[in-house]
Amino acid sequence: MELFDDHRKLFGTATLMFVGLTIMVAILPAIRNQEDNRPLPGAVPLSTEATKGKAVFVANGCVACHTQQVRNVDMDKVWGSRPSVAADYAGITRTDFWRNTATLMGTERTGPDLTDIGTRQPSKDWNLVHLYNPRIVVKESVMPAYPWLFTAKKEPSKSDVVVNVPAEYLKSKDDKIVATQDALYLLAYLQSLKQTKLPEAPGFLYKREDKKEAANATNAAPDGQALFAANCQACHQANGEGLPGAFPPLKGSPVVTGDNLELYVDIIMNGYDARPGYGAMPPIGTNMGFTENEVAAIINHERTSWGNEAKTVTPEEIKKIIDAVKLKAAK
Amino acid sequence: MKSFIFFSARILLITPWLLRFSAAQAQNMKVSHFSFSSTKAGIWLIFIIAFALLAAAFALKNKVAALRKNYRKMDDRQRENILKEHTLQLNSRQIERLLRYKNKKIQGGMHSVILLIPVFIFLAVSTATAQAAPGTESGSLLSESGIIITIVLVLIPILAALTILIVKIRNAMNQQRNRLRREEAEKLAIYLQNLPDEEVDTILRKRKAALDYSLTHRELSGNEPAEDSKGLLNINREAGVPIVAVKKKALPRPNIDPSLSRLVLWYLGCATCWLLLGTTIGEYIGIKFVAPDADHVSWLSFGRLRPVHTNSVFWGWASLGMLGLGYYIVPRVSNTKLFSIKMGWYALYLINASVIIGSICLMAGINNAGGEYREYVWPVMLLFGIGLALSLYNYIKTIAARTTREIYISNWYMVAAIIFTIVIALAAYIPSWQNGLGETIIQGYYMHQGVGMWFMLFTLGIVYYFLPQQLNKPIYSYSLGILAFWTQILFYTLIGSHHFVFSAIPWWLQTVAIVGSMGMAIPVIAGTTNFLMTFKGAWYKVSDSYTLPFFLVGIIFYFTGSMQGTAEAFRFTNLIWHFTDFTVAHSHLTMYGIICFFLWACIYAVVPRLTGKEPPQITVGAHFWLALIGLMFYSIPLMYGGTLKGLLWMSGKPFIEGVVQMAPYWLWRAIGGSLMWLSHLFFAYNMYKMIAGKEALDIREAAIQQLEKSATPIA
Repeated sequence: MELFDDHRKLFGTATLMFVGLTIMVAILPAIRNQEDNRPLPGAVPLSTEATKGKAVFVANGCVACHTQQVRNVDMDKVWGSRPSVAADYAGITRTDFWRNTATLMGTERTGPDLTDIGTRQPSKDWNLVHLYNPRIVVKESVMPAYPWLFTAKKEPSKSDVVVNVPAEYLKSKDDKIVATQDALYLLAYLQSLKQTKLPEAPGFLYKREDKKEAANATNAAPDGQALFAANCQACHQANGEGLPGAFPPLKGSPVVTGDNLELYVDIIMNGYDARPGYGAMPPIGTNMGFTENEVAAIINHERTSWGNEAKTVTPEEIKKIIDAVKLKAAK
Repeated sequence: MKSFIFFSARILLITPWLLRFSAAQAQNMKVSHFSFSSTKAGIWLIFIIAFALLAAAFALKNKVAALRKNYRKMDDRQRENILKEHTLQLNSRQIERLLRYKNKKIQGGMHSVILLIPVFIFLAVSTATAQAAPGTESGSLLSESGIIITIVLVLIPILAALTILIVKIRNAMNQQRNRLRREEAEKLAIYLQNLPDEEVDTILRKRKAALDYSLTHRELSGNEPAEDSKGLLNINREAGVPIVAVKKKALPRPNIDPSLSRLVLWYLGCATCWLLLGTTIGEYIGIKFVAPDADHVSWLSFGRLRPVHTNSVFWGWASLGMLGLGYYIVPRVSNTKLFSIKMGWYALYLINASVIIGSICLMAGINNAGGEYREYVWPVMLLFGIGLALSLYNYIKTIAARTTREIYISNWYMVAAIIFTIVIALAAYIPSWQNGLGETIIQGYYMHQGVGMWFMLFTLGIVYYFLPQQLNKPIYSYSLGILAFWTQILFYTLIGSHHFVFSAIPWWLQTVAIVGSMGMAIPVIAGTTNFLMTFKGAWYKVSDSYTLPFFLVGIIFYFTGSMQGTAEAFRFTNLIWHFTDFTVAHSHLTMYGIICFFLWACIYAVVPRLTGKEPPQITVGAHFWLALIGLMFYSIPLMYGGTLKGLLWMSGKPFIEGVVQMAPYWLWRAIGGSLMWLSHLFFAYNMYKMIAGKEALDIREAAIQQLEKSATPIA
């Protein structure tokens, strides 16, 4: 055939076909998505610090292990309250003259998704100590340590942000680990990663129907241990002993085992920053939208583990307290 | 072949069992606390170096002992026997030359000089240094990084000096060995010269007659002459237990322009360097999954090294390997000369520069903000792009000047691959459509087209040339190749977004990608059928060849790896496998199982033809089996563990349980990766032997040459 024997026609045809398909499945959809989407009304643009922190995130290739996309499937529910939509990324434009747009959606989830990490784990103390060496707070973690984002000083000044690093992770016992500006920028970026509220968000697909029905049938309570592992363990540790100087122990804690349920629920729902020796606790319950069932399950797990032997609670009594502390928080 | 299949099958069966076994053990397994900066590691390192030096010293000692044995005085009878033996081993042509010389009755002067090289001095020096080297350690100071750096800095020149010393000694000994052999040749020459005529008649003429005697070949076959003029017989000249199968040697192609040959060899040599470098980094980051605190250096952290690994094996190893083979194939099948050798060199410089600068940038934290395989910033990628454009122009100009009417299908695939890759790179780096989700849509398109339209399409083109050549028969069906070509363009272009199924990109685009992935079955099955049917009737050649097993593995993975890709694209499989280590296993099965194996097959096919030197069979075998077994150990545990991890996520377990659960599979991956890495060392050694290997002096040939030389001035 003449087409196949003339290199101009042959390669011309192949190129036309390829370019045509490229325009149809890549260029035009890309342009349409770029033109048609706008950031959500409630979306907060990145602050100057967070923008610098994003640059640190990009430079260290964090996207190799951390995605930033909540897929519209049920298993991704743990990463956000709703699936990510095009508008979530619409505000992201070219980084600079040298670098492309950084949506940082990622393709590999060796570490947790970070779409909503600012809601899930906003604690400054935890994030800094975790960046210094993740294994201080999560023994099983395989994440790299980032000691070059910190400096060791013998006598830190007042303005320095000192990180509570256990002695076994220090080169010299007199060292104090101080976060560099880059670490604080990165922290600001991580804290800024929050899903914007969307009233009529699309639902999740592939729901675990069978399990739900079973749960409804037996009216079983949520799994307190799993909730603790997902929401509390990173700081208070699996053995309930916390991290000296950073996160208080729950084992033998008067708040956990005592009778002041109102304080206990208030801490879970609204956070706590009353003890100078420890870091501030974020309002994890409000951030994650805990129900009375979930709060009761967590309390019961904490009251009956690690040698704690305190009276268990019912969701009904917790509901009342939640309503009360909500009002208090609103004031 | 059969045993090969059985073996692979056995590996497949055993591995899951092993995995489960180790999984049970590893439930309690914690992250290893190995670190290069710990005292233990320092002592181990020094121990390993000391051991290596001892081994080297021992090897040298053996060599010297062997040399000394040669020196030992032999009594005259022994010597005469040896010389006589040499005389009897002269081949017919050498006897003829000797007789011609004898007939001229020319006496030539002889002088022999014997030089003794004081090898023992070298040996003494080297062993002394070897013992001194590791002695620089001292107790607790070793945990200080400053001390460690100093020790390493001291060790580097010592090691370098030792390496140079060993190389020098080796060279000296080789020279010495050849000198001894030359000396023996001289004695042989004298012996031959002094042979009395009657003895010449009785021994040599008889011997020559005997040597020259051949059957008429008509005893059984009649008057048709039958001889192995085409080299069909494959005779093992070193009789003995065949530890390594004897494979057919490549036939040199006499009519290859030496300057083109040099260009191709440089492409393949550079590619080999990038393979070594890229996979060393890959091996290291694989180990980091098991020992995350191995180092705390920002330039070597996982997030920065991972793209260095992927980009250097992509743009350094595979791309240079493919282009180099392309520079050989395009002029061959066009039956003309390459348009411009010079342009080929420029392309090589540019691509190497791109990968070197790109790797340094990535380690320094300068990247393109996200997208996989798109990590090089645009000025770096531009260098690569210009290299591609130069190669494209060069190829097309060569094809335009072809002396055949048709364009062989290899050229379709290869030229189209370069054109498409330039289009892909432009689409990926032009900023006009990259805001918001535009970036993601382009990223899906880019990362998959880069794999499928660059590596796969180009490699298929190479295989369409070398597979028929190695089987010495035409491709089974030209038209199946054409069908695969057009359907690959039609379907492959659509499938990029299957990396973002369930993400925020338009649902219809995800569906198109999944449908396109299913359509890929057509070109894959067409290609596989075509290759396997080309093997039909020539399967016996597999055991005879050291390139065909590589082709066969490549074909098997072409089918399984590609179809696995199709299976992974479905919505349900995305639930289990997306984001898990399964993807990593898949990309290695394809990029390594298909592309690397095909490239190795073609490199082993072409390099001996260009240089006339063969790789040692045993190291080719080691390369093949280590790579194959290593790939299995690498990918099967990751697929198994990735599946378990996906199921764990689906059942709503805390994320960290998935990390704990993966520990044994990551260990297996590191083991498999180490085997793969080891195989690359063998490959690099084979490349060295094929390109720069030296052969021992042929005693008999040297003796005859010397006689001729001594005869010339007087005659």
